[in-house]
Parts: sequence; structure tokens; C-alpha cells
Amino acid sequence: MEILIPTIKLATIYPEIIITTFAILVLLLQVFPTVIGKDYLGYTSLAGVILAAIITGQGGASGEGGEAIYSFSNMWVVDNYSRFFKLIFLLGTGLTILISIKYTKDEGINNGEYYSLLLFATAGMMLMAGGTDLIVIFLGLELMSISLYVLAGYVRKRLISNESALKYFLLGSFATGFLLYGIALLYGATGTTSLKGISGFISEASFGSPILIMGMLLLLIGFGFKIAAVPFHMWTPDVYEGAPSPITAFMSAGPKAAAFAAFLRVFIEALPSLQGIWVDIIWVLAALTMTIGNVIALVQDNVKRMLAYSSIAHAGYVLVAFVSTDKLGVASILYYMLAYTFMNIGAFAIVIIIGGKGEEKINLKDYTGLAYRYPLTAAAMCLFLLSLTGIPPTAGFMGKLYIFSAAIKSGYVGLATIAVLNSVISVYYYMKIILAMYMKEPESSVQHSPLVFTPAMIIALGLAVYGVLRMGIFPSAYISMAQQSYLSF
Amino acid sequence: MMLLLAAGTAAGILVATTLIGPKKEFADKMEPFECGEHPIVSPKLRFSVKFYLVAIFFVIFDIEAVFLYPWAVIFKDLGIFGFVEMMIFIIILAIGLIYVWRRGALEWQ
Repeated sequence: MEILIPTIKLATIYPEIIITTFAILVLLLQVFPTVIGKDYLGYTSLAGVILAAIITGQGGASGEGGEAIYSFSNMWVVDNYSRFFKLIFLLGTGLTILISIKYTKDEGINNGEYYSLLLFATAGMMLMAGGTDLIVIFLGLELMSISLYVLAGYVRKRLISNESALKYFLLGSFATGFLLYGIALLYGATGTTSLKGISGFISEASFGSPILIMGMLLLLIGFGFKIAAVPFHMWTPDVYEGAPSPITAFMSAGPKAAAFAAFLRVFIEALPSLQGIWVDIIWVLAALTMTIGNVIALVQDNVKRMLAYSSIAHAGYVLVAFVSTDKLGVASILYYMLAYTFMNIGAFAIVIIIGGKGEEKINLKDYTGLAYRYPLTAAAMCLFLLSLTGIPPTAGFMGKLYIFSAAIKSGYVGLATIAVLNSVISVYYYMKIILAMYMKEPESSVQHSPLVFTPAMIIALGLAVYGVLRMGIFPSAYISMAQQSYLSF
Repeated sequence: MMLLLAAGTAAGILVATTLIGPKKEFADKMEPFECGEHPIVSPKLRFSVKFYLVAIFFVIFDIEAVFLYPWAVIFKDLGIFGFVEMMIFIIILAIGLIYVWRRGALEWQ
């Protein structure tokens, strides 16, 4: 019997190998505490993330000029698209580790498992970005999701954290079921799980069989859940509110970007022939997601919950760019996800600082008069909120500009109008925090304990501020990077 | 003929026991039988969470066996490549074992 061993270019998965190795290493260091102190586990995993980012940035095994390199029987690809997304994930993970170091100590969850799970989730996200086969994408999605289920409930003694993990697990596995059923139906209709194979089959067969369309719809539901698009968003506020703040920051940046990465690749690469159908559905999803996310955020007093709804709304903006499906649309999604990673993790870093031990101060009233006590912190928060609103000179403004212009160029003026109107709505709730910080005197009735800043937290904040300003003032380098990423698609 | 004989014997024994055997009815006997468990109990049955741990360990090493058997069957065809790949797999599992061991998950107390 002849067995065909697939051609394997290990060099194409160096970043993933490094992340996985460090995840295992951190686990081992946890159980052999004499090797290095527990305090250094976070920095060890950070070293892994930086190493992986350097190798991804250099291109690993990808060809000169960013040509795509396929390996593992065409199940895996290293192209500019996946590299751009991987850098977003690694950036998100790096920032999350930095903002976690003090938090985990405060909450008594300073364990190797915490960082190990973060790194495993990152490895899963990277698999999602680089997979060109539905099975690989599913594998990555599960690796990411299962790690996140655990992380959401990592503060075991906090009831709301448990609730968050359980809800996320139940609803998440249900959504996974939808996704898997969709993959099965696509396989049934086309006889392959490879993205290229599926698109090839559909273009030859030249008819939309009901099974195929059913499969596509189920995939849409599965991905819609992971990116928290309305009406599959019901889990988001509860899970984001209950999860430990660094994990909420992480979930709203990395995994969401990963879900978009896989979503885009599957729909643009495998199902372009059905574009007429899914563009209309995503149009409706985008309009609903933006509107409901923004409108419900208006009435939130809990800042964490408000940011959860705002993250739903931001997924809606990204879906607007998805609808246009051309080069500018994809490039603006990449740009926006990068900008969103900076500004959202930055905002959550401030939420963590103010929240203090036990995350007790996460309501709007805890922010009153912050500018009088900590002007720099308030200024940073103000910058992140302005960026989330989309006001120049921040990354959020450029991101929204690219998204809206992509939508208008493709002729979706109506959707772009809805998006702009939603931007206006969002000003209200972001400004509410800024107003509280700057315009109100500190309430004397509220006990203020001094805020604690650690070096790691300051580095994370500095990076986020730098990223938001840099991408807002000099966006051309990033947008051309994002556009090159589409070329190799 | 054989079939008839077998069917006849079975039927005969059934009829004979129904006719001759003693019939005592008591509560436990009239319950549906399911592996010796009482069919109606409170669903809030408490048992140690450690059973879950054991179940999870079982799954891990069970899966290992699932992969090892097909590998062993085509071991010669895969050659050194297959050997190295499987060793990596087993080393990762072994690290998992070291982890649960050191973490004290294997101790019942």
C-alpha cells in the first residue's frame, strides 16, 4: 500500500509552533514553580508573543513580495492577509498580557493556566486566519472558543464570572453546532471542504442547490454568533460584563478579528458565486447590528456593559465594509480591526485601572471628576473614546472613513447613511463618560482609593495611545499594508 | 428442524415457568430494572467533582489510543516521518500527564 505523505513546510507554521510551545512551557513552569517565580509567567508568555510576531512580520516562509505559500495539502496558507491578521492577534494578546499582570495578582488568579489558555486561544485564532480548508478553520475556531470559555469564568469565586462562562459555553457550543452543520452541508453539496474546491465546484455546476444555500446560511449563523452580529448577539453583554476585564478586552479584539478573518476568507474565497444572496443578508445584519448595539448602549450605566454593546455596534460597522466585498472593503476591514484592537484594549486598560481590586468601580459614577485627580489617565481614556466615536485625529476616524467610502464606492449609499447616523448616536454614550470625567466635580460621597499604575500597564497604555494616534495621523502606511493583503487573496 | 427445536425449547421453558413457578409480588420487584439503579430518584444527586477529572483524563488517553492503533498498522509505510510525528504527539500528551500529576489532580484525597 502506497501512502502519500503530504508536503509539509514546517517553516510556514513557525509562529504557531512558537505560540503553542510557549503555552506548554508556561503550563510546565506553573507546576515547577522553583524554576522561575510565578510573577514572571506573564513576561515569559509575552516573550513568546513577541517572538512569534517578529517571525510573522518577517514573513516566516512566505515568498518575496507576499505571494501566497500553500502547504499541508493546500489546507494552510501563509499570505499577506493571514499575516496581517496574525499580527493583529499577537498585538491583542500582547496588550492583554500586559494589562493582565497586575489584575491576575489582585484577583489571585496569577496562574500559568491563565496565560497558557490565552496563548492557546491565540494559536487557534492564527489557525483560523491561515486555514484554507473548512476543517482547519473549524479546528482553530474550537481551540479558540474552548480556551475562551474557560477564561471567561477564570475568576472562579465571582458568581457573575461563572454565569458568564456558562452562558458563553452553552450558546457558543450551540453556534458551533450550526457552523459544523453548515460545513457538513457544504461538503455534501460540493464533495470537498477545501475553499478553492468549493468555489471551483460551484462555478462549474452553475446552479445554487438548496443544500448549498442552506449550508451557507448555517455558516453565516455560526460566524454571525462569533462576531456578535444582531440577532446572534444575545450572549455578548452578559459574557463581556461577567468575564475578567482583561479577558473582555481580549475577546472584543482578537477573537472577533479572527472570526472576521475566517468569515471573509470563507465567503469571498469559497462562495463568491452566491454573493447575490449573502450580500443582502449581511446588509440587513449590518444595519441591525449597528442600530441595536448603539441604541441599547445609550442606556447603560455600567461602563463594561456599555463597551460590550459598543463592541456589537463596531462589528456592525465592519459588516458594512464586508458588504462591499471589493479590495477597498477588505482593506478597510483589516485597517479597522487593527485600529479597534488598539482603542478597545486601551479603553479596557483604563476600566481595569479604575475598577480596582474585585472590579467594583465599573459604573459611570466612578468616573466622575477623574480629570481632576488623574489628568493623564482621563486624557488617555478620552482619546480612546474619541477614537471609538470616530473623531479625528484618531485611528477610529480613519477606519470609519475607509469603511464608509468603501460602502459608497460599491453603491451601498443607504447602508453608509445608516452607519453615519449610528456614529452620531454613539457620540452620546461615549461623551457621557468624557463629560463625567471632565465636567463634573468629584463626588465627595464616593470613597476614592488611589489608582495603581504598574510599569506593564503604563507600557500597554502607551502602546495603545501611540497606535491610536499614529494610525490616525499617518494612516497611509497601514492602509497600503492592508491593501497589499487583499492582493494575495 | 434445529430452529424449531430451539424455538420450541425456549417457548416450552417460558410456558413451564409461567405455569409452575411461584409468584410473589413486592414493591422492588415491580419496578422497571435498569442496572440496579432506582429508576426514580432526586435529580439533585451529588457526587464528587473528581469523577469529572477522571473522565477527562480518560478521554485524553483514550484518544491517544485511537490515534496509536492506525499508526501502528501502517508504521512501516510511514517510516521515520510518521515515527517523529507520533513521538511529538506522545511527548505533548506526556507533558499533559506531568502537568496533571504535579497539579495533584491524580490524588483522590
